[in-house]
Amino acid sequence: MKIKIIVTLKNGVLDPQGKAIQQTLNGMGFDNIEEVRQGKYFDVEINEKDEKKAKIKADEMCKKLLANLVIEDYKII
Amino acid sequence: MKSSVIIFPGSNCDRDMSVALTKFGFKNKMVWHNDNDLPESDLVVLPGGFSYGDYLRCGSIAGKSKIIDSVVKFAKSGGLVLGICNGFQILTETGLLPGVLQQNKYLKFICKNVFIKVNNKESKYFKNINKNILELHIAHNEGNFFCTNNELKSIEDNNQIAVSYCDEKGISNKESNPNGAIKNIAGILNKEKNILGMMPHPERMIDKYLSGEDGSIFFQNLIGNLK
Repeated sequence: MKIKIIVTLKNGVLDPQGKAIQQTLNGMGFDNIEEVRQGKYFDVEINEKDEKKAKIKADEMCKKLLANLVIEDYKII
Repeated sequence: MKSSVIIFPGSNCDRDMSVALTKFGFKNKMVWHNDNDLPESDLVVLPGGFSYGDYLRCGSIAGKSKIIDSVVKFAKSGGLVLGICNGFQILTETGLLPGVLQQNKYLKFICKNVFIKVNNKESKYFKNINKNILELHIAHNEGNFFCTNNELKSIEDNNQIAVSYCDEKGISNKESNPNGAIKNIAGILNKEKNILGMMPHPERMIDKYLSGEDGSIFFQNLIGNLK
C-alpha cells in the first residue's frame, strides 16, 4: 500500500526559502499572502496490506531518517 | 599518531584532510563508508563535501552508513572524532552532536575566509593553542547552526561552544556572523569534549604561500596534545 508522508519545519524555525517564496509571490501581485512554509512530501510504497502495521513502519522511518525532529514535524496520511 | 579519514560518496575534502594530517605527523588511512570496521586510530575525521549530493538533508544519509556504527562506538568510548563542514552536519545527524545545520540565512553558498574565536580550551583540539583568533576558510550552503532553547542552554552550561565567528579583533556580532548561526556558533563539542564539529576548514589553511597557516596551528596543536 501507498503511504504519504509530509515533513514540515516546526513553528518558529526560520525558513529562508519559504520567506523568499512568500516575498516573490508578494512581488508578483499576490499581496495577501502572509507566510509560506516550505516542506517535503514522500510517497512510500510499502509491501504491507495491514494499514496499521504500515503506518507504524512509516512512523519509525520518519523518526529515524525522513525527519529531523530537532527542527521538523511529520504527518503520515 | 594514527588517523582515519572516512570517505563517503560525494566527499571532496577527504584528500586535503589526508594531506594536512600527514604533513603534521599523523599516519593516516582512508576508510570507505561501506566498511564495517575502523582501523586502529587516535583520531577519526569525517571530511567536508557533499555526501550523497546533500539529498534529503545534508549529512542525513551518510549518517546511516555502515561505518557510522563503528564511528559512534569509537566516539562513545572516548575516541577523538572531528567533523569538518559536511562532517559536522553528519555528526549532528547521527546525534553525536546536538543541533542541526540549516540553510544559510541569506540563501547563498558562502565561500570565503572568516575569523573564528576559540572559546573553549578544555578539549584536545584547542588545549594550549597559542592563537585565540584564527583565520580559516568556509565553503557551505548549510552552516546556519540551530538548536532549541533547551539545547542551547545545555550547550552553554556545559561549555560546548568550541569556536564562534568573529571579526579580526575577536568581536562576535551580527556583522561577523556569515550564515545566521545562533550565537555565532562555528563549531561545537560534545559534553565529554572528544567530538568536535565545525564548519571552517583548517585543512585548507596549511600553506603559507597559498592560504595562510592558521590551519597549521590547529593541526600542530592537536597532534602535540595527543603525544
